[in-house]
Amino acid sequence: MGIKSEPVTINVGPQHPSTHGVFRMRVTFDGERVLDVEPVFGYLHRGTEKLAEERNYTQIVTLTDRLDYTAAMSNNLAYVRAVEQLAGIQVPERAMYLRVIAAELQRIASHLIFVGFFLQELGAFGTPLMYSFRERERILDLFEMMCGARITLSYMRPGGVFQDTPEDYWPALNTFLTEIPHYLDEYENLVLDNEILLARTKNIGVLSHEIAVNSSISGPILRASGVKWDLRKANPYEVYDRVKFDIPTGSIGDNYDRFVVRIMEMRESIKIIEQCVQQIEKGEVRSKVPLIIRAPIGDAYSRIEAPKGELGFYLVSDGSIAPYRCKIRSPSFINLTILHDILVGGNLADLIVSFGSIDVNMGEVDR
Amino acid sequence: MKKLCETKILEVKVNYKVTTAIAGDYVAKSINERIDCRAIFWNSTEVWVQNTDWIKIAQLLKDSPDLDFNYLSAITAVDYVEYFEVIYHLISFQFNQSAILKLRIFDRENPSVSSVTSIWQGADLQEREIWDLMGIRFDNHYNLKRILLWEEFPGHPLRKDFLR
Repeated sequence: MGIKSEPVTINVGPQHPSTHGVFRMRVTFDGERVLDVEPVFGYLHRGTEKLAEERNYTQIVTLTDRLDYTAAMSNNLAYVRAVEQLAGIQVPERAMYLRVIAAELQRIASHLIFVGFFLQELGAFGTPLMYSFRERERILDLFEMMCGARITLSYMRPGGVFQDTPEDYWPALNTFLTEIPHYLDEYENLVLDNEILLARTKNIGVLSHEIAVNSSISGPILRASGVKWDLRKANPYEVYDRVKFDIPTGSIGDNYDRFVVRIMEMRESIKIIEQCVQQIEKGEVRSKVPLIIRAPIGDAYSRIEAPKGELGFYLVSDGSIAPYRCKIRSPSFINLTILHDILVGGNLADLIVSFGSIDVNMGEVDR
Repeated sequence: MKKLCETKILEVKVNYKVTTAIAGDYVAKSINERIDCRAIFWNSTEVWVQNTDWIKIAQLLKDSPDLDFNYLSAITAVDYVEYFEVIYHLISFQFNQSAILKLRIFDRENPSVSSVTSIWQGADLQEREIWDLMGIRFDNHYNLKRILLWEEFPGHPLRKDFLR
């Protein structure tokens, strides 16, 4: 007589330490194996798109900080670029360099959070997180010098940035740039040859490039699947056409590739910042833009490569001081499309690891 | 630095021109010539098409080897009070070009448009979001449920007449 088995449905989240916020999955298991997964979200929905319709163009910058709260600079950049495109605002050269430096620092900070939490989900409890937060702290200190804030930065404005950097910023940045490669070496030595890490990530959660492209995946996940698509190269904005950098790609798109691509991207970001520091010249950091911007009637869509993928803002203006419609194309939200593809067929133990490898941020998913 | 992961030859072709080309005119021409649908109006960046033809046009855009729009970047819905506009931002990785397709829906009571989830899987969550917040129904979507708000939520908050 065989043993009778029945599928079991288990709730993961919304209050779960590994769900990066308030995310809930309804997972159906057959023993250890995942049969079906249904994401449930919206617990952090604040109606950002609706709120934006009631505020003027400059005020919305503060709303964008709260989308992906681990990458506020990138959100600012994507938004102000959309406004500039809509209203035809020019940006001074120095401001463009400051923006790129800030955005790349933010990319490192965001990927550091990923590295720490990903290893934590693999079971290396606490230690990697402390390591990665040690470096992230230094980036936050640099941000504090730039704009006085650490998380909700609001550094960028339509037409430039909020203020020029103080004198002691540049020595601090240089020290950081000389030290961070050693920290990254340290991570790589600690984890990349680790037997446990390889066993837990290699060939798990494989995402083929066909599914990745067809599911509108963007950012490091797309590149981990072997698609060399990066908006910084494909459609260079700000000063990305003046700096040299490579686009790291993975080969098969498993959890290991998604992890390694991000570590390699941090090194590329360091390269970009170093070149920007050499090229930047003195000058204005903000063009003459009225405080209350009245954009001409029309629409504009602007996309940038945020740490988690393609972040786009679609703005519609009716000629008033507030946008008629402000749509946010958030990478984390759309990256969740592949949740079913990478989790189903896997094991219970890999569920959280594979989910963590997408690197979603619930502030951005729920908006 | 040691080489961490090997890059294989890619099946997905990616082309890096300096900037993304915009293919409004060419897309409109292709639609008018190749299938029995017509682009209503177009300029160099955007193409307006008939609501009822959309699924055929989407199939054409993805399957034609010289257009090859394999990536659906974003779907947006805007409430212009007299009508709804649904906007599709498409990218072709191979040619590094983008296209913006727009549909107008004049039915305010029961607006609907064909779902493109069968063509681009990436439309799945975005269409659910639009149904949730804007109240536009996507026909043939396999799982059209509310996504950010709960099922009992009254109305669709991104509409301009919500709570007015």
